[in-house]
Amino acid sequence: MKILHCPLNGPRNISEFVCGGEVVEMPEAGAATDGEWADYVFGHENARGAVREWWFHVPTAYWFIAERDTGTDEILRTYPASEVFGRRPP
Amino acid sequence: MPLGLIGHGLRAGRRPRRALPPEARLRPRYDVAIIGAGGHGLAAAYYLARDHGITDVAVLDKGWLGGGNTARNTTIVRSNYLTPEGVRFYDESIRLFRGLSGELDFNILYSERGHLTLAHTDAALRTMRWRAEVNKHLGVESEMVGLDELARLCPPLNLDRGARFPILGALHHKPGAIARHDAVAWGYAIAAARRGVEIHQNTEVTGILTEKGRVTGVETSRGRIACGKVLQAVAGSSSLLAAMAGFRLPIQTVPLQACVTEPLKPFLDPIVVSGSLHVYVSQSARGELVMGGPTDPYALYSQRSTLEWKEGLAAPMLALFPFLAEVRVLRQWAGLADMTPDFSPIMGLTPVQNYYIDAGWGTWGFKATPVCGKRMAETVATGKPPSPIAPFDLGRFAAFRQLGERGAASVGH
Repeated sequence: MKILHCPLNGPRNISEFVCGGEVVEMPEAGAATDGEWADYVFGHENARGAVREWWFHVPTAYWFIAERDTGTDEILRTYPASEVFGRRPP
Repeated sequence: MPLGLIGHGLRAGRRPRRALPPEARLRPRYDVAIIGAGGHGLAAAYYLARDHGITDVAVLDKGWLGGGNTARNTTIVRSNYLTPEGVRFYDESIRLFRGLSGELDFNILYSERGHLTLAHTDAALRTMRWRAEVNKHLGVESEMVGLDELARLCPPLNLDRGARFPILGALHHKPGAIARHDAVAWGYAIAAARRGVEIHQNTEVTGILTEKGRVTGVETSRGRIACGKVLQAVAGSSSLLAAMAGFRLPIQTVPLQACVTEPLKPFLDPIVVSGSLHVYVSQSARGELVMGGPTDPYALYSQRSTLEWKEGLAAPMLALFPFLAEVRVLRQWAGLADMTPDFSPIMGLTPVQNYYIDAGWGTWGFKATPVCGKRMAETVATGKPPSPIAPFDLGRFAAFRQLGERGAASVGH
């Protein structure tokens, strides 16, 4: 059983979670070209190595951020999204 | 007799033939470099030589011939897809597969078993009727069968109405087949090498050289090669190679695990798939049950096997074939699946001129080996993707014309 440390619920079986994909910045919807928007919707960095992703704890409906290594299947760090998105952009 | 056999083996001219010529030195220039010596890359090399007379070709692989996903799939060939583009494409592949042993003079053990997709819900029945109609319209043999016919086609199947998820019917696809995956790779490799193609194993591509948006060569672990055209056919590592060439793909790399049991006497003729229970099984020529299930739940480049997956496979498998409870699993492994958003492959041109892509083969790559090789060879030779693969271009995502094949994926992923 693989354990993921949820910032809200502590260590839980990874089967309780859903991966929400890479943390990427959304382009300005009005200003982005169709190509930029399509790349935002469909494109993936799909890197091998350390990545930063959205994860979701299903039973408690809690979104957070996890850093893990896609080469070794190690979870490096998990933390609340507020650490990255704590402040509104100016 | 034993002495006679030894004598026979030692007689000159009876020595086993060397399948491939000894590996040549890597030359500084080739007309075409194909990255990836799996089934797809080798097939493309073969058809380049056979159909287009292009033999100054180097097939490069960081590992060994057919050692990637070609060796890690579950060898099912079928064409009962959902979109007309998909059905036509995979049907052409089946027609090529049927003649492949003769064509390559190499037995690929192609065995038409029939393919049964079980329905356990009304929704599944509905999708299957849809698939059957699309298939029949395009001349592909697919039909819905009820329980009586199912019992005749697959006697060992548990059709008990009292099961947790009773079987309601199935989509029967007669041309469904299995083949020997290694033989497909080796058959193409030998036939291509005979026509002058060079296969370089243990030659990792570490960079793509471009000039003014056009590919000019590749950097490898054994030195730099200049080339006119490059075809990337590296399922699993597609995004990493595309990044070297300077573009991004709509692909996530996810492990797909599979396993085989110890060999049993032949009892299972058709290939049996349950989309609702997320499992599929076929019996190989040597009696092993080849079993697969859903892809892993998150992106990963590791080919590790997990106990969770095996447990998740065993329970539904026993619901279909309860008597397998005593059968032992012999081997378990994982391949790296290039998952695309629409469950269809990506073939054709890229933002880099003369750099062609054959990617996005998720869980459906082996069955397309001959047709993809043939059509990609045509693309490389002419610079223009032919009509059967034109709809599968990389540009379809930006144009929002995806080819949704999720409903025809063998199991829900």
